[in-house]
Amino acid sequence: MPLITYREAIRHALAEELERDKNVVVLGEEVAQFHGAYKVTEGLLEKFGPKRIVDTPISEAGFIGMGVGASMLGIRPVMELMFWSFYSVAFDQILNNAANVRYMSGGLINCPIVIRGPANGGTNVGATHSHTPENVLANHPGVKVVVPSTPYDAKGLLKSAIRDNDPVFFLENTILYGDKGEVPTDEYLIPLGLADVKREGTDLTIVTYGRCVLHSLAAAEQLQKEHNISVEVVDLRSIRPLDIDTVLASVAKTHRVLIVEEQKPFSSVGSQLAFMIQKESFDELDGPIHRLTTVDAPAIYSPPVEIEQLPNPQRVIKAALEALA
Amino acid sequence: MAQIIDMPKLSDTMTVGTLVKWLKNEGDVVKSGDMLAEVETDKATMELESFFDGTLLKQFVPAGGQVEIGAPLAAIGKPGEKVDAPAGKPAAAAPAAKPAAPASAPAPAAVTAPTPAPVAAPAAIAPSPSPLAPATVGRVRISPLARKLAEEKGLDYSRVKGSGPHGRIVREDILAAAKNPPAPASAPAAAAPKSAAPKADTWPWRSVMDKSPVQADSVAPLSNMRATIARRLVESKTTIPHFYLEIEVDTAPLSTLRNNLNAGLTKDGVRLSVNDFVLKACAAALRAVPAVNSSWDATGIKYHSAAHVSFAVAIDDGLITPVIKDTDKKTVFQISAEAKDLGKRAKDKKLAPAEFTGGTFCVSNLGMMGITRFSAIINPPNSAILAVGTSVKVPVVKDGAIVIGERLALTLSCDHRVVDGALGAKFLNALRDHLENPALLLL
Repeated sequence: MPLITYREAIRHALAEELERDKNVVVLGEEVAQFHGAYKVTEGLLEKFGPKRIVDTPISEAGFIGMGVGASMLGIRPVMELMFWSFYSVAFDQILNNAANVRYMSGGLINCPIVIRGPANGGTNVGATHSHTPENVLANHPGVKVVVPSTPYDAKGLLKSAIRDNDPVFFLENTILYGDKGEVPTDEYLIPLGLADVKREGTDLTIVTYGRCVLHSLAAAEQLQKEHNISVEVVDLRSIRPLDIDTVLASVAKTHRVLIVEEQKPFSSVGSQLAFMIQKESFDELDGPIHRLTTVDAPAIYSPPVEIEQLPNPQRVIKAALEALA
Repeated sequence: MAQIIDMPKLSDTMTVGTLVKWLKNEGDVVKSGDMLAEVETDKATMELESFFDGTLLKQFVPAGGQVEIGAPLAAIGKPGEKVDAPAGKPAAAAPAAKPAAPASAPAPAAVTAPTPAPVAAPAAIAPSPSPLAPATVGRVRISPLARKLAEEKGLDYSRVKGSGPHGRIVREDILAAAKNPPAPASAPAAAAPKSAAPKADTWPWRSVMDKSPVQADSVAPLSNMRATIARRLVESKTTIPHFYLEIEVDTAPLSTLRNNLNAGLTKDGVRLSVNDFVLKACAAALRAVPAVNSSWDATGIKYHSAAHVSFAVAIDDGLITPVIKDTDKKTVFQISAEAKDLGKRAKDKKLAPAEFTGGTFCVSNLGMMGITRFSAIINPPNSAILAVGTSVKVPVVKDGAIVIGERLALTLSCDHRVVDGALGAKFLNALRDHLENPALLLL
């Protein structure tokens, strides 16, 4: 299987879907002539032309609103946000309109829009550019939220997202764009709402998603070597719909849970997960559910301090040992 | 002026009580009749009632603390009123070991000990051999999984030591305990088979193939009850001159009567035990030989006008002797119902002090566990105790021929200061006559 980057995996997914369905279009700031702020859309303008790869003005409310309207009329727009942090500029379009159209129309109007872009800290771009809004997005019934951790997952999930008839919010990570992974040349899809056990283990379940999956896998390796602790890592991949069954099956196996997420702790995805796990698996728990999050403060600008603010393998190891006490 | 609530004397033999759990917090408004706290005595766990209206100003003792009778527990007064713990009777501080306090109770570290400096060292405060050990009653910290496992394995987790944070029992502890069960304080009757013939899958004991250690080396802290049992029985066996008399009773008539009654009255919920008849027969024998219904006292021998027969009930970590008041005036059916109710509540530690004090004679029965005969230790201030075995089928000589008969061994332990041999023998004869003519016990 060829090794390609996370960036290329997303680009391949876009190209394949653009090829497959003429209603698929890509819109966003600098996605066409500049090939995207993170070069995800490189080559697409040349291949599919300016009618389908469209540069927009710097106005999220305007172009996301346009995409929502287009999707209601049968187009399948894939919108790029330069940073998911700017979703709040288009909050009304994303979470008041797109999320509710199908329900408000009695099922007559679908909104098959995909909004994608990076949502992560760790690159010293400051508090206003480092948001991870998956919890805010997923709080709204009617939407789907996907956070892929590997090139393989990114490609398979994005293709499913584009074919989905509901708004799908696809949260990438600037730090992962250059990461390489095996991706098959044959076409494949990964259904939304299916978690993936990235590592099998017996002593502790780490439930995580996005870049924290990689931190957790690194920590699991070290925990096995240095502490003889066998960690199972469950990658949620989709935040909503949430594959709680895979999580609960793992909890029934290990009886101890650590949630690792690049979220601020208050009302995070992990808060919801912890509730669901204790509710459904109370009798399987041999200790309280533990959680490792970003330290509860606006994203810190100082590079060395930001590393410690976010989850990292050393912090995961410490939290894992506490969860096993 | 704030009212100080002291540790009350909640049982005859209580010298200290353990404040298991506060039911009202500092600052709470309390009314007369409200329950302030749960207190464990040597016998039971009881609620402490407020006799005052006002605000709970101060708790002088943290949950888990052991408190001498009369030592201050709490102050009730007007909101904002200042209180100092009254000097002179400092309460023993919470035990150093972590008590099994409920999660909602304040952390011991955060609770201020009584303000006046104790005049004596803690060791001198301890008024009795009761150690400053944590109470084992109250909420046990255990993970949900460990609790489920313990229930599946039928394991009493209250006796398992937790290795998790704050002594929480976790899965490993239950798995270790299941491999290596702690000796139960008293094996439940159901677990003791009458016959030891091994049957497939019904062998109740540890496998003989099991080569694991006998048990883990450990020291179990003394509960109030265990300490009291130790103190009172040593006192009994070392100060009372015991002697023992044994008699055999033909229980064939009793078996017939009992079977007839139980068969005919099943629909009425009647299920009489041998022990119900023994209790009734003891009361009748006490009426026949009233000198046994007495107590040794330094000033003289006390003779009691009423016959209150108590009976020993095995409970977790010890035993207790609930009393059937005026046993002689009650029917066997009343005695049976009352004994059942008292026995059940004794196991739940829900007996009121009046229900386990004031007995004038005591019965200890191990017959249901297959014991043929034994001798019991007198429960002061009683002057005698009856040990009841199991009735057994034996060859007996009847009209010059050997036939199969049914015999029950009764052993009376007597306080020789009060009951001499002839008196004890007379009592046992009366008891035997009543049991062998059981129809009389129904009148």
